[in-house]
Amino acid sequence: MSPIDFFLDLINPDLSFLPKALLIAVMSSIVCGVIGTYVVLRGMAFIGDAVAHAVFPGLAVAFVISGNLVLGGTIAGVLTAVLVALFSQNRRLKEDSIIGVFFVAAFALGIVVISQAPGYAGSLQQFLFGSITGIPDEDLFVVGGTGLVILLVAFLLHKELVAITLDREMARSMGVKVFWLDIVLYVLVTLAVVISVQTIGNILVLALLITPAAAARLLTDRLGVMMLLAPVIGAASALVGLYVSWSWDLPTGGTIVLVLTAAFLLAWVFAPRHGVLARRRPRSAARAASPAANAPAFAGQ
Amino acid sequence: MRVEGVAVELGGRLVLDDVHLQVARGELVGLIGPNGAGKTTLLRSILGLVPTVAGRVLINGQPTRAGRNNVGYVPQRHEFAWDFPISVEDVVMSGRTGALGLFRRPKQADWAAVGDALDRVRMNDLRQRPVGELSGGQRQRVLVARALALQPSTLLLDEPFTGLDMPTQELLSELFMSLARDDRAVLMTTHDLASALYSCDRLALLNRTVVAAGRPDELTEAQVWMDCFGVGETSPLLRILELAR
Ligand SMILES: Nc1ncnc2c1ncn2[C@@H]1O[C@H](COP(=O)(O)OP(=O)(O)OP(=O)(O)O)[C@@H](O)[C@H]1O
Ligand SMILES: [Mg+2]
Repeated sequence: MSPIDFFLDLINPDLSFLPKALLIAVMSSIVCGVIGTYVVLRGMAFIGDAVAHAVFPGLAVAFVISGNLVLGGTIAGVLTAVLVALFSQNRRLKEDSIIGVFFVAAFALGIVVISQAPGYAGSLQQFLFGSITGIPDEDLFVVGGTGLVILLVAFLLHKELVAITLDREMARSMGVKVFWLDIVLYVLVTLAVVISVQTIGNILVLALLITPAAAARLLTDRLGVMMLLAPVIGAASALVGLYVSWSWDLPTGGTIVLVLTAAFLLAWVFAPRHGVLARRRPRSAARAASPAANAPAFAGQ
Repeated sequence: MRVEGVAVELGGRLVLDDVHLQVARGELVGLIGPNGAGKTTLLRSILGLVPTVAGRVLINGQPTRAGRNNVGYVPQRHEFAWDFPISVEDVVMSGRTGALGLFRRPKQADWAAVGDALDRVRMNDLRQRPVGELSGGQRQRVLVARALALQPSTLLLDEPFTGLDMPTQELLSELFMSLARDDRAVLMTTHDLASALYSCDRLALLNRTVVAAGRPDELTEAQVWMDCFGVGETSPLLRILELAR
């Protein structure tokens, strides 16, 4: 299918779920790209994974009682995030063990809950792998609104979030409330995951959070640039992924993740300074490209 | 800066007991002691980061409180995420995070403070450089500049020389001496006895409490050093001390 056919399908009123799915996928990729930047830089991909699993019982409960899925997922995810933050204050257990305990428990609870719904195998698959059909109109506003709130909070607390990532000890000494900022960041991750779960599914949502930010990190040494690149890579991959999956009738979530992975591999090979190819360049070329790197005044220090 | 009879309990053990220490403005004081002596803990209690079970810490006459006491802190270099994509000047600005407060962006005056701090450690040429591409000595200078960005009257340095070669150490201790001379109280922990004896105005030997304190030429008695470090009289430590004099 050519891109033009895809565009025609997008504006075809009989396929109104398609532009909705595209919009939600792009919006959630943008939000996940920005939040994923913090996650990748803090080296806490595990938290993303935990939260992704933890929203599952919330989605299941909402599904069984026919409530709002986004709301149900948010409550469960935030609850788990706060529990992890609280329990990880105890230095005897590392964060990842705490997460291991809670997210598997949450996931198990979700499976038990959803098994109570009639015909649950189908809905289980939908939760785990995502679906582009059956998204209610109101979710466009829920996802858009939540996304804006997430980005606003990250923007307002950016300075502090960077400070606690750079050096927690120093941040504490400056009177920065490290514990509360941890909770805020966990909650932001949860919300980003929840709004993305629907199209891409519970298991694959981690890729939306981590892969664009990781690819962006390979491409730049500037935080600002990374925070712009990650959402761009995510959104472009969502668009391409949806197009490919629609054309060849492939599962949407899986296709988006594969496109993201391809983008990451490209960045890994072609990154301007640290990519595989750049490192193979002859040394003289590398030196010519960055004369400041060898400023004699600071050599040897 | 005054520490008056401070005691600290960690994990049910008394890590610091009845510690008295004074650092006046204009003075560079070296805090010396074996591993686990409580040096870092003392710095943290001066910052107000660990609760004390007895005693108090006064900064410019005020009881200490985290983030409210105008103390510059230079933690050990490995506490910092050096792989973070951030430039030298932004790291130095991050030292003003607490002073700026929530939701505030840096203004002209903040950038001026950052510029002064970078000048002070002679890192202004590299202000745009990503921190991951700096050498150990340059990194240490960035951390000092980050502490200076707060324009503190008291400066605490935790093992600033670890992993650095001699020329770099000398350069840094000159910097610390000149920072002290510019009317700051500077307290630094170190395991480098030779350079501490050479550059510090006073030394405090710490092992759970201050075993001895005084000018380097006053601390000549071998017994004091043997007590503090728990070594015998054949220890190379004592040889080093003699050589350094
Ligand atoms: N969070 C903690 N809980 C319990 N005990 C602690 C804690 N932090 C430090 N300690 C103990 O307090 C003592 C002093 O530690 P501290 O880090 O202050 O020593 P130090 O003098 O800085 O040592 P080093 O030279 O190795 O840096 C040590 O015995 C250490 O085991
Ligand atoms: Mg220490």
